[in-house]
Amino acid sequence: MSTGRRRLRRAAGQLASVAITLLGLLVLTFFIGRMMPADPVRAIVGEDATPETYDMVHAQLGLDRPLWAQFLRYMGDVLTGNFGQSIRTGQPVIQDILHVMPATIELATFAIVIGAGLGIPLGVLAAVNRDRWIDHAVRVFSLFGHSMPIFWTGMIGLLVFYAWLGWVGGSGRMDYFYIGMVPGRTGFLLIDSLLAGRWEVFRSAVNHLILPAALLGYSASAYITRMTRSFMLDQLNQEYMTTARVKGLSRGQTIWRHAFGNIRVQLVTIVALSYGALLEGAVLIETVFAWPGFGQYLTNNLVIGDMNAVMTCVLIVGVIFILLNLLSDVLYRLFDPRTK
Amino acid sequence: MTDPILEVSNLSIRYPGASSEAVRGVSFTLGRERLGVVGESGSGKSTVGRALLKLLPGARITADRLRFEDLDLLALSEAEMLKVRGRRMSMILQDPKFSLNPIQRVGSQVAETCLRHFPVSRAEAKAKTLEMLAAVNIRDPERVHDLYPHEISGGMGQRVMIAMMLLADPDLVIADEPTSALDVTVRLQVLNILDGLVRDRGIGLIMISHDLNLVRNFCDRVLIMYAGRVVETLKAGEFDKAQHPYTRGLLAAQPRIGGPRKPLAVLDRRPEWTEELPA
Amino acid sequence: MTDIASSPARLPGWLSALRNILAYLLRSPTSAFGLAVIAVLVLTAALAPWIATHDPFAQNLDNVLQPPGSGHLFGTDELGRDIFSRLVYGARITLRIIFLVSVVVGPIGLIVGATAGYVGGWMDAVLMRVTDIFLAFPSLILSLAFVAALGPSLGNAIIAIALTSWPPIARLARAETMTFRKADYIAAARLQGASPLRIILKSIIPMCLPSVVIRLTLNMATVILTAAGLGFLGLGAQPPEPEWGAMIATGRRYMIDSWWLVACPGVAILCVSLAFNLLGDGLRDALDPRQMNRR
Repeated sequence: MSTGRRRLRRAAGQLASVAITLLGLLVLTFFIGRMMPADPVRAIVGEDATPETYDMVHAQLGLDRPLWAQFLRYMGDVLTGNFGQSIRTGQPVIQDILHVMPATIELATFAIVIGAGLGIPLGVLAAVNRDRWIDHAVRVFSLFGHSMPIFWTGMIGLLVFYAWLGWVGGSGRMDYFYIGMVPGRTGFLLIDSLLAGRWEVFRSAVNHLILPAALLGYSASAYITRMTRSFMLDQLNQEYMTTARVKGLSRGQTIWRHAFGNIRVQLVTIVALSYGALLEGAVLIETVFAWPGFGQYLTNNLVIGDMNAVMTCVLIVGVIFILLNLLSDVLYRLFDPRTK
Repeated sequence: MTDPILEVSNLSIRYPGASSEAVRGVSFTLGRERLGVVGESGSGKSTVGRALLKLLPGARITADRLRFEDLDLLALSEAEMLKVRGRRMSMILQDPKFSLNPIQRVGSQVAETCLRHFPVSRAEAKAKTLEMLAAVNIRDPERVHDLYPHEISGGMGQRVMIAMMLLADPDLVIADEPTSALDVTVRLQVLNILDGLVRDRGIGLIMISHDLNLVRNFCDRVLIMYAGRVVETLKAGEFDKAQHPYTRGLLAAQPRIGGPRKPLAVLDRRPEWTEELPA
Repeated sequence: MTDIASSPARLPGWLSALRNILAYLLRSPTSAFGLAVIAVLVLTAALAPWIATHDPFAQNLDNVLQPPGSGHLFGTDELGRDIFSRLVYGARITLRIIFLVSVVVGPIGLIVGATAGYVGGWMDAVLMRVTDIFLAFPSLILSLAFVAALGPSLGNAIIAIALTSWPPIARLARAETMTFRKADYIAAARLQGASPLRIILKSIIPMCLPSVVIRLTLNMATVILTAAGLGFLGLGAQPPEPEWGAMIATGRRYMIDSWWLVACPGVAILCVSLAFNLLGDGLRDALDPRQMNRR
């Protein structure tokens, strides 16, 4: 009973802290939005509007009211899901973003699978061979991935693997003559093309996905490798590893069943956090690969100064980050028996 | 003492990168009896235990003879050792807080020994586990089976450890300070359980401890180790016949209820003891 | 290590510590590489006019997109400018970014962290909540937003990067402060009537300084990559400045036929950021006491 109440109180505390962080996020995006030199009224009414129209729109946007009132209005808008219109497309910003999001999720999910698939085994390998040459090689390999300017690696990758070798597809999510061939039911091209039974589109999509996803995954794997290594080192020194050996398990079995088994929960939280960090790389890599996702949407709107769209994107990234943090916390509590 | 289970002759162990040997020239034999190994920390007593299981990665182990039943331990490959560990020779470690895997259920950790060495189904392994938990005087094995190590007491944890290590019915069990991490009140209880099982099953036991009183009351024979060497071997009832000054020093440093209330003797340590051969 | 520490030349404490750390770093090939690259970077920036073979801004439209070799070490760009010389001058921009970001971030992080840690209570709660909010964004995204609001320029990019990289420093300074807040000499200073401000400035900040400096070094790789990313997106240094990220962005259009436009500045960024990462990794080992004992 009392543990139940304690857990409830902890959950409430956590929710409150998330709420405060979200509020802070809104304050931050609100003020960054106000800092901009571009005049939002001018952007709507155009250069040769009469002062009357200008003032009308100015008042419509609430810009004549005190700052705190503007903020309350902004908060109310955001909470009711109203993020304003995009100047470029005239559509509600949130609708635009929901439209481009699947492309980014597809890319980021593929990337995280590659990143974890690379980083976790390498981290285990490095820990098991601590201070031997394998450990050093893994360290240099992963620091290399961490040091690459990803937009540059993307361009070099396109040059080598697409232009010179022709192993992968080029920019975009599929070859251009397939565009529009499958109905966008989910927005996830891999799923849509399978639903439509168009294998050639599916193959083209994979061809286009593999390079950007691999590069993003490699850059994300650096952090995953390092954390896996340090988690594993903690476990390998534990006495229960000796117990397992005494029971007659081989070194490999003790490493995988016991040490690795014990860091799985920690790894899930790390991978969840890396997924958020991938969004950062996605902004750059989508620009290089003309990937019609969230990152490209953000940079396109940056260039034309559509602050409504930009700030909404920033806000969404912040929210995703906070939610991933919360998720990794919750996962930890759920799956680690010691926290019960 | 019929045919010996274990024969050790001139065993030396050197850790990688160490300037001198951690254990030098240790010899003893073990039958179906309880042998105590006593020494202060750093005397090499635990190292001997781990060397018998060949669980000292990187360490160089040499001996004239290291025979366990029909096996020459020195010549066994790692793959062959896997069939020995847990099945024919096992070890009870010191502190169940650290020696049990914190995020696996107690029962499945015990069952792992069974699944590793016998061709049994999971259900059979579970039945065997429950039986073994009952054998170490755990009253409600079904419940304890599903608990995590942090949910049980130290005494119960050590009983689980004993169950895990005796499940495959080994011929030799090494107990490395099996009670020193436990509350004084449950030490005797755990020792009695271990003692009962070892006697009933005719298992050879090597009990490593720094606690001379515990070992002399519990074991048939005691090796006294100092700085990597065995300085003296004594029968349990013959401690008053101890020859070596180090053993006598140890005995003199034991407090006794009802004994004279003088300051206890300070242990004398002489470098030449590490040189001379055991008397 | 001990023989160096007890060398007869009685150096001041911090200097001999620095020497020990350097000696340790030079022993490992990876951190030695890091140190060497950074030394080359600094020298290049300092001696740019003597190292550069051409004027980095001089256009020569008769000589555009020349491949590496003949007269131009790394070839020429779309305006006939010498890429090698532009890279050399670009080192100055990179160093300027690193220097200015450190100069802004160090003090902000130190003051916020030390204040939160020393004063505690609601001050701590508020300051750390603000820190968390900044930490809720990936640094590139938040920098993007700031630059978008401030307008694209190198100065604004530096401000934006600084604004996004102080929170980890503040976290660290707070944690450090918490460990010696209760120390006797702090209590003694308080008994003597020293004001909190004086204690923070005179006693706490100097204690936090070493670990903050290390953390700043570790952050440099991220700063360089973020700056390059902003330059690439056209939000950092503006043409014709020879900033490496911006050079990649303009070279992109000619990439298929003239790979060197993109390859050379990219390798420069990669080397410098790798150097800081390797150095940081080495520093972490050098200053982690558990690791030191093991070796």
